Amino acid sequence: MNSPSTQYVTPRRLGIYEPIHQMSTWVENFKSNGNPNTSAPIIVESEDTSHGSQGPFCKYEQEASKPFDKIQRRLAQNREAARKSRLRKKAYVQQLETSRLKLVQLEQELDRARQQGLYVGSGVEGVHMGFSGTVNSAFEMEYGHWLEEQSRQICELRNALQAHIGDVELRILVDAGMSHYFELFRMKTTAAKADVFYVMSGMWKTPAERFFFWIGGFRPSELLKVLVPQLEPLTEQQLIDVCNLRQSCQQAEDALSQGMDKLQQTLAETVAAGQLAEVGYNPRTGTAMDKLEALVSFVSQADHLRQETLQQMSRILTTRQAARGLLALGEYFLRLRALSSLWANRPREPT
Amino acid sequence: MDKVTRLASEKGVVIFSKSSCCLCYAVNILFQELGVHPMVYEIDQDPEGKEMEKALMRMGCNAPVPAVFISGQLVGSTNEVMSLHLSGNLIPLLKPYQPFS
Repeated sequence: MNSPSTQYVTPRRLGIYEPIHQMSTWVENFKSNGNPNTSAPIIVESEDTSHGSQGPFCKYEQEASKPFDKIQRRLAQNREAARKSRLRKKAYVQQLETSRLKLVQLEQELDRARQQGLYVGSGVEGVHMGFSGTVNSAFEMEYGHWLEEQSRQICELRNALQAHIGDVELRILVDAGMSHYFELFRMKTTAAKADVFYVMSGMWKTPAERFFFWIGGFRPSELLKVLVPQLEPLTEQQLIDVCNLRQSCQQAEDALSQGMDKLQQTLAETVAAGQLAEVGYNPRTGTAMDKLEALVSFVSQADHLRQETLQQMSRILTTRQAARGLLALGEYFLRLRALSSLWANRPREPT
Repeated sequence: MDKVTRLASEKGVVIFSKSSCCLCYAVNILFQELGVHPMVYEIDQDPEGKEMEKALMRMGCNAPVPAVFISGQLVGSTNEVMSLHLSGNLIPLLKPYQPFS
């Protein structure tokens, strides 16, 4: 691009804020011309001489054929973008620094706790002390395997239903699916006996799943609400049976929930009265430790309710419906877990 | 044990419980929801409580309480009651003891 006329460049902040591509354009042109274009001297009137990195050449020679305002606007936008980029980087670095400090703090706390031989909270592989911690990390690993197997079974069910395989083979898949859930309940019983608070906390599940938590797992009546619409059409008798099951389930849940409330209340009373363990034992109300033991039975009963609900549904439905039901259930939990990931990775404004 | 059997037959629906047991409370709530008013016997307040506990275990209960008897027959503990209810077989057993509605 040769500019035959003289260009006056009004003062702006040039130099260090110039975008790279304009430089390279100039460089290309310089190479192709062999000499810088000297036929049109450029007069640069710059009041601001503090930006020392401004080079002797002026890029506007190349842009002379373009509208002047457009160039200025683009330059301003680039400057703004560069400024924002620097701010974001600064914020990010600050975040990293804070996190690093936090990490150091946590490591120190961990060391202190280890030295005192206390149980350190779960969720991190290999950083456990004490019996409970060991069992919980074992449970989390087992649960990880359980989830993998669950995914595999869901895929198998989906393919089987699409391929319209026979009832006999489908039954095998359904039975496997049911057994798989029962296996989870067994795992939970073991974990609950070691650390009932851990199982009840739901820390081994994703946040969205935890939102729906009821005594250590999913609510059976919710399960029915999710499943039934996916199973239609149902016969008259099936509808009646499902309706009855839903009602019994709800009643059983209510009873257990009220029992839990009572447990909370009496636990609060024993703690307030200072009856934590055998010292100051009141045989009528029991100790706080006794109450915590009772929690284990509640989790056990809740799991039993889940198991019974699944079994009853399996009894009410045909093999094909049961397969569809298991698929729907598996996909529902998969989506909940996906939702948790989506939420965790949602874009956040830089602070 | 005679005492347990005798008490179990005293009313249509009998629950052997302990006053500190919240699971027993939950089972009682369930029966109330179904319109039945069980007789709740707190064995920890009975001087012969320990023997009663042993007797209940001998009869086949995993945990001594709650132990549920309907029409004088041992139904079982929480597990059995819940299973029966979800399978729709509890209410028929309670029919004679539900007030006419």
